[in-house]
Amino acid sequence: MHVKVQEERFEFGREAEAFAAGCAGAGAVVTFTGVVRDADAGGLVAMEIEHYPGMTQKALEKITADAMARWSLADALVIHRHGRLEPGEQIMMVATAARHRVAAFEAAEFLMDYLKSRAPFWKKEILENGSASWVEAKEIDEEALTRW
Amino acid sequence: MMDVVYFAWVRERIGLPREKVESTAATVSELVAELSVREERYAAAFADLSALRVALDQELSDFDASLEGVREVAFFPPMTGG
Repeated sequence: MHVKVQEERFEFGREAEAFAAGCAGAGAVVTFTGVVRDADAGGLVAMEIEHYPGMTQKALEKITADAMARWSLADALVIHRHGRLEPGEQIMMVATAARHRVAAFEAAEFLMDYLKSRAPFWKKEILENGSASWVEAKEIDEEALTRW
Repeated sequence: MMDVVYFAWVRERIGLPREKVESTAATVSELVAELSVREERYAAAFADLSALRVALDQELSDFDASLEGVREVAFFPPMTGG
């Protein structure tokens, strides 16, 4: 299991290749990457991601270990960035490897749901007009946890 | 003496990321009550506890939890990772 919290960019393709190569024979590898959206209408120029340094790594390791155990994964990877990101930049990725695709997909969704609401990151949107606002947690994200 | 840390808009509203607090509070709620009467900016940050989360020594917890032996208390809004 691999958990990386970092400010710098990562290369999605290279990470995915390395992950898949490390668990050859698992049968199924699922990857997901989250990207900073282009502004819908508001002119987003950047996303600033704050985190809780002492807690982030531990929280992500716990969530990832839970997924590993529950779906008997061959391996799992979580990368999550913090700092200032521009539209189009990759924020985070998860990868899961299992014997069968259902487990790999489910574990990836579980990781995403928990990263959204249980990992200590906070996003702030910086707009063209200079205004900035914290992204509010959505009730639907909290509800998503109840399915697990 | 414990460290109290704030993140996101809680940090902005209170105006600092971290401070040492001398407190006899037995629970998180009691600590919140002590901080809230200090100054208006604390009262404003803690006005709606349903909009806040708390971590004790870097583990998510709740407002009824005991502070016994706790060294670091963190207050922040619901998380928005992913």
